[in-house]
Amino acid sequence: MELRKNYFADVRKDDLHEIGQPRPRSDSPGHVTGKTAFFADRNFPGMLHLKMVRSPHHHARIRSINTSEAVKYPGVVKVLTAKDVPHNVYTILILIQIGPEDETVLADGKVRWKGEAVVAVLAETERAAQEAAAKVKVDYEVLPAVFDMEEALKPGAPLVNEYHGQNYYLYDSGECRKVRFGDVEAGFAGADHILEQSYQSSPIEHAPTETTGCVVAPEGNDRFTCYTNTQAMFFTLDNASIILQMPGSKLHFVGGTVGGGFGGKVDVIVEPIAILGAKLTGRPVSFIYSREEEMQISSPRAAEKVVIKDGVMKDGRIVARKVTGYTDAGAYSRHSPYGAQKGAGHYPGPYTIPNVWIDTYCVYTNRTPSSAMRGFGVTIGDFALEVQMDKLARLIGMDPLEFRFINAYRDGDMKAHRQPTEGAALIECMQEASRAANWPVAEKYMAMSSYKNGA
Amino acid sequence: MAKVPVQFTLNGSEKAEFIDSGTTLLNALRDKVGDTSPKGGCHQGTCGACSVIIDGELRLSCLTLAETCNGTTITTTSGLSESGVLHPLQRAFLDTFATQCGFCTPGMIMAAKVLLDHTPNPSRDEVVEALSGNICRCTGYEPIIQAVLTAARANSQNAA
Repeated sequence: MELRKNYFADVRKDDLHEIGQPRPRSDSPGHVTGKTAFFADRNFPGMLHLKMVRSPHHHARIRSINTSEAVKYPGVVKVLTAKDVPHNVYTILILIQIGPEDETVLADGKVRWKGEAVVAVLAETERAAQEAAAKVKVDYEVLPAVFDMEEALKPGAPLVNEYHGQNYYLYDSGECRKVRFGDVEAGFAGADHILEQSYQSSPIEHAPTETTGCVVAPEGNDRFTCYTNTQAMFFTLDNASIILQMPGSKLHFVGGTVGGGFGGKVDVIVEPIAILGAKLTGRPVSFIYSREEEMQISSPRAAEKVVIKDGVMKDGRIVARKVTGYTDAGAYSRHSPYGAQKGAGHYPGPYTIPNVWIDTYCVYTNRTPSSAMRGFGVTIGDFALEVQMDKLARLIGMDPLEFRFINAYRDGDMKAHRQPTEGAALIECMQEASRAANWPVAEKYMAMSSYKNGA
Repeated sequence: MAKVPVQFTLNGSEKAEFIDSGTTLLNALRDKVGDTSPKGGCHQGTCGACSVIIDGELRLSCLTLAETCNGTTITTTSGLSESGVLHPLQRAFLDTFATQCGFCTPGMIMAAKVLLDHTPNPSRDEVVEALSGNICRCTGYEPIIQAVLTAARANSQNAA
């Protein structure tokens, strides 16, 4: 790897000992010898297996739950329903004061997506748990469901989640996250060209090689050790503490070894119910998603729709940008209100645009709840923005890379959210990209700098 | 459920277990014998994380019934290093940063070992082909391919 030390020479620190030096990963020796202990590599005598009875409907009222046959099934030790969970309605981000609590640990009165957890069965073997789960009888009254964000936002659409009262997340800025900068309509009025385009994406599953799960061991003193592959150790500890109404001092979480995550293991779904099972039976409990569950039940990246309207001048300057973004949260919030909010911050792009108007909605539908995944909220946005940039360049007959040089933000520029740009280095990155991709641009762009003094 | 006796040689030592008929070799190794180096990623023969070597051939332990392994010789990744000295493949996986989360690594190393046992100097295409049954979601595969080629070069230098 080549380090170009001429860039930012006056602010560069060269007395660092780590950056630029190869360092062995501390966990690799365990990986190559097969010694690394993933959560499922722990086995305890008398361990029970937990299997979930899941909703076959997208939206339904639960009239009754009959577990009598499952309870009697050979090998079954405990069957859990909503009434067994001390604090059954929760939401992950309540820990940072982002509510309302809108999701049930085990469904209570209603299911809002196909695959929602309704009854937990604990048995001596995985097979007994699976077979007993099939004996649970749930009487559903199927309700109309909504799967499309635009349909969900129409008046009279089926209400997905009563804890919100409407099919969108209510931010403190209103029905959506908003960014306002300059006068976008005046910007469009003065533009040489206007281009409005829609972009949309599907949900994407992370598909980690190791499926989601945990193994819980009671320590005998009303304290529980939870071996888990969560990517969010303290969110999980604190949420489990709230859901189980147990002080955190009673919960010992062991993790840090994750067999692939990509954001798919930040939700608190398996640990609280497995700990509850261990507490009520006094025995170790293993709750591991099958591959089928991992693909169908775990939170995917949200489906998104982005509508971008840009006003551009013949000389390449973007003078106005209006963006409406929609994030499909599915039935419950999880991390989606945050994802939509990130989008609002991101849609101006790394460009200096004098007039910006952005609205991003977090919409509830009867689809699988979506959550974190590798830059969620901004990755689809970047795809949309950069395709839009190429289209704008084509519209005015300009080279797409030169078009980006004209609009790139540089140190000192005011961003649409009223934060001055610092340490941008975007110009320098594009100059390197131009060389590396053998995509030449005019000499005046190669002479530019992210420092605005002079050039 | 009927219990059946199974005897095999695992990484050089004799093992004898009574297992439930129908138990997969993966579950027998992990839950009965205590060798957790084969991983269960999909339990349906797709991901390759459970790969082991049975009598010199690469096999998916999640699709192999333990009771069919009577009298066989089984090698897993946990048996590759001898008295703390890493196998050339393990060394190469370390040196070329071919592990990230590490979950697929034992299966990858098994697949690579069978390749190098049969083809000491494989082409890149042969490496890709040999690893095609093993899924990795982190590395993008390139460092793994480089690790196998590096190990092959180290082998040929040792032989020369």
